[in-house]
Amino acid sequence: MQSLANQILKQDIRAIARSISLIENDTDVSQKEALIDVLYPHCGNAIVWGITGPPGAGKSSLLDRFIELLRQNDKTVAVIAVDPSSPFSGGAILGDRLRMQKHATDDGVFIRSMASRGHLGGVAGATSDAIKIFDAAGFDYVIIETIGVGQTEIEVMELSDIVLLVLVPGMGDEIQALKAGVMEIGDIFIINKKDLDGADRLKSEVEYVLSLKDSTEPDSNHPICMTCATQNDGIGDALALIDSYFSNLHDDGSLAQKRKERIEKELKHIATTKIMASANRFLNIDQRLNGWVEEVFQKKVSPYKLLNKKIGEFLKELDWQ
Amino acid sequence: MMKKIRILIAKPGLDGHDRGAKYVARALKDAGYEVIYTGIRQTPDAIVKTAIQEDVDFIGLSLLSGAHNELFPKVVELLKSKNADDIIVFGGGVIPESDIPGLKDNGIRAVFTPGTPIKDIIAYIESAK
Repeated sequence: MQSLANQILKQDIRAIARSISLIENDTDVSQKEALIDVLYPHCGNAIVWGITGPPGAGKSSLLDRFIELLRQNDKTVAVIAVDPSSPFSGGAILGDRLRMQKHATDDGVFIRSMASRGHLGGVAGATSDAIKIFDAAGFDYVIIETIGVGQTEIEVMELSDIVLLVLVPGMGDEIQALKAGVMEIGDIFIINKKDLDGADRLKSEVEYVLSLKDSTEPDSNHPICMTCATQNDGIGDALALIDSYFSNLHDDGSLAQKRKERIEKELKHIATTKIMASANRFLNIDQRLNGWVEEVFQKKVSPYKLLNKKIGEFLKELDWQ
Repeated sequence: MMKKIRILIAKPGLDGHDRGAKYVARALKDAGYEVIYTGIRQTPDAIVKTAIQEDVDFIGLSLLSGAHNELFPKVVELLKSKNADDIIVFGGGVIPESDIPGLKDNGIRAVFTPGTPIKDIIAYIESAK
């Protein structure tokens, strides 16, 4: 594992690619964990963006333009582009990189497509550890492009320093924007396809919704910018806004705070996953399920009653009660 | 979780006819593979770099322009130069029967011509993976 980690630290493309597969496949958990253990001390230098928004909003096209500018400033960029897996076949078409393919031969850009593999929340289960690999490998920017999200796919905010929410005109009235969910996770709002009818109106609606939000959180100041990715219009201004937003986060200490919250969520998540896995093993749930279904079906016992009893026995055996 | 087979479907060279490539991409998705699709007009260099970054098991090249004898072997050659020749290359498109032995000699492991049932391609991937 040490040698794979060393290759990653030297930015060896194949080693990085293979280790991401190792994490995605999750066939050998101890190997995966050992790798992250070695890399972790080298993490924390990359700026992590999340880019999210409805399908077809222009996330990949915008990203393509941002990469262009970041490369002009000599920054290296890693992209994790998440697309959905089919719930039926488990297969996936990963097509986000199509819009960014002109960077394929640039050694300062690493684009990795990732299928969600059943994970909900707009990203993949492996995204969080893949960020660490790119971060340790020394990429200046790590950018996560989510699945085209609806209203609850908000996990990207638990992974990134800054969330760019891409919106386009014609997606509905301001009531959509008032609803809880995706509107609340954006740090920076990008209204793309600004050449379309309704772009200005969308901007004022977003401003209105944000002004309502501001009254309860006085320190929130979310920039809104307007772009047209295909015409390469407004991209420089957007990047300048993102950069200054990040500098502010960094300078006033909220970046560290954000990252700590991220670690807290990650720890909780790992703990829950591990506890669940051992509980499943111990209770042998899959094996016993058939018998339990029959009992509940015949109304011999209610679901809560049955499981409280079973889990009570489990905890007693562990001496936790 | 199990290891997923990842396949890059790419169109090298100056050929915009991507209907076949898209059909194959879609069918492979339905067969449960993860398919990376890069679109038309890719250079062999871009294809190989993409394949390595995406850590694919297979590259499927589609070409209908007649340049397959040039471009397919070029991809295999570049893979070799990057120590990535464990990635299996197969091809498809309007390819004369007489060109197939030469392509195979140059490391294209299978060639699927028009009319190939998709199950033949899947059977090939299953046997070669």
